[in-house]
Amino acid sequence: MSVQTEGTDTAGEPAVRKARVPASPRGDDRTFGAPSRRRAAAPYLLLLPALLATLVLLGWPLVKNGMLSFQNLNPRQLIQHLTEWNGVDNYEEVLTAEEFWRVVERSVFFTAVNVALIMVLGTLIGLLLARLGKRMRLLLLFGLVLAWAMPVIAATTVYKWLFAQRFGVVNWVLDKLGWHSMADHNWLETQFSTFAVVTLLLVWQSIPFVAINLYAATTTIPRELYEAAALDGAGTWKGFTSVTLPFLRPFLYATTFLEVIWIFKAFPQIFAMNEGGPDHLTETLPIYAFVEGVGNQHFGLGAAISFLTIAVLLVITSYYLRMVLKQEEDEL
Amino acid sequence: MKRSLFGRFWPNATAVVLFVGFAFPVYWMFATAFKPTGDIITDDPVWFPTDATLEHFKTAVDADHFWTLVLNSVTVTLLSVACSLVIALLAAFALTRMRFKGRRGLIVTFMLAQMAPWEVLIIAMYMIVRDNDMLDSLVPLTAFYTMMVLPLTILTLRGYIAAVPKELEESAMVDGCTRPQAFVKVIFPLLAPGLMATSLFGFITAWNEFPLVLILNKSAEKQTLPLWLSQFQTAFGDDWGATMAASSLFALPILILFIFLQRKAVSGLTDGAVKG
Repeated sequence: MSVQTEGTDTAGEPAVRKARVPASPRGDDRTFGAPSRRRAAAPYLLLLPALLATLVLLGWPLVKNGMLSFQNLNPRQLIQHLTEWNGVDNYEEVLTAEEFWRVVERSVFFTAVNVALIMVLGTLIGLLLARLGKRMRLLLLFGLVLAWAMPVIAATTVYKWLFAQRFGVVNWVLDKLGWHSMADHNWLETQFSTFAVVTLLLVWQSIPFVAINLYAATTTIPRELYEAAALDGAGTWKGFTSVTLPFLRPFLYATTFLEVIWIFKAFPQIFAMNEGGPDHLTETLPIYAFVEGVGNQHFGLGAAISFLTIAVLLVITSYYLRMVLKQEEDEL
Repeated sequence: MKRSLFGRFWPNATAVVLFVGFAFPVYWMFATAFKPTGDIITDDPVWFPTDATLEHFKTAVDADHFWTLVLNSVTVTLLSVACSLVIALLAAFALTRMRFKGRRGLIVTFMLAQMAPWEVLIIAMYMIVRDNDMLDSLVPLTAFYTMMVLPLTILTLRGYIAAVPKELEESAMVDGCTRPQAFVKVIFPLLAPGLMATSLFGFITAWNEFPLVLILNKSAEKQTLPLWLSQFQTAFGDDWGATMAASSLFALPILILFIFLQRKAVSGLTDGAVKG
């Protein structure tokens, strides 16, 4: 019998049901009048489209990228359709270039700063949402949803306008606040201030996800836990650290992980802001791979950078990834 | 008394400041779009568009290929969301309601696929599409966008299907339905909120996608709105009125969808994102 009998389906059900059919087809298959071979094939048929799509549309680019990364592929080879293998030359070239390590360092630092800001502020705003009265909460939720729903490119364009050198509203405000040297400041002129604008944009766009999720999570904390804590003499702060925080921990882990991935891979915000400029100084790994690979038409080199980028991302997320995969295995 | 006043004042004040902070960029986009140019290019900002004008919207709409690009974006987005929903429904049903060899491995595969680094695979995707003579076509875009939203769609729908009591399905089958019939008649209607939530996120992903179309579709009439918008400012110099009108037109469908579906989407996301 090719049908496995252990699975998650019954995990949450009463033990009686689980024990009912130890090694025979489950009860709900009995009215499924098809012969057993067809029944065994059914899940695979249902999964076939998803599998095909994954293999062709994700697996193929991954394999192709691997192959490209071992090729000397520049405009000449591209136009003449030449395949020139060059072993690990691309990787050697990238890994020995100082530039690459500077970009790695920059990407990791950029991701760390953004994710820290997003998680801390997002959590605080989520907790604030839980404390507010209904009307104020709806008001703040509305603002958060507006920021969340703004399409990335539209948001990036709006930020360029807010921070525009001439007639930008941010410079006007800074000037009025007494910071007169900012009246005609060009934000996209230096590395630091370009990153500042990009960071503000990313934080603004990402906080709603964290805050709203966290608020939703706090609404599921059972009141009794706080009552029990209060009986034990816990004050507001102790209640927070002994009840709220432990309860929210899984949500915090999960959202941090998602934010790390999103921020690390952030492409349109940086690219549409200033194309990684000024002078390549705001290139993070995905932008670096794009500019080297597509912009400078060093496709093989770009593919090698792409794989190294994936490697860096896997290293950063490995701890959490292992946790999730293990958890999923336990559940199954 | 004093304590409760203090206790309400600061949270409320913070909430108002935060609301302004989050909403202002969106407001400024719409406000600028409606202001006459004289009110935009001015030393002191005009906070509210008193002499509202539609001239900037006209500039945006009259720009080359605007309506073609709207059609492209809508087609690619709707098709990829529809494809991924159909493919994901079949897969999610099998993964939640059936047992078979390799099930565990497949779930893990989709979880890993969910974090696929599309942003760095574009060189390979470009080569594949070029080698198959499909540059400047909407077909590969639709296919790749389908794949970009597929894993999340499968994992989220899996949660929703698991939440439907199996007994409902069983009793429908006792009443003489076949398994597919039971699915269509019993489970499908209960999945409506889940389908809405997942399609909203698919819609946003596809509507927003930028790097891939940037390198695959070079000819102006085969592009999509995000690319057009990113190039709009370059093309129109510092015509911020027209640029903001273009941004507003691009953002509006999503903003409307989001505000309508928000509540369902958020609860769906909490279930889905935290699980998967």
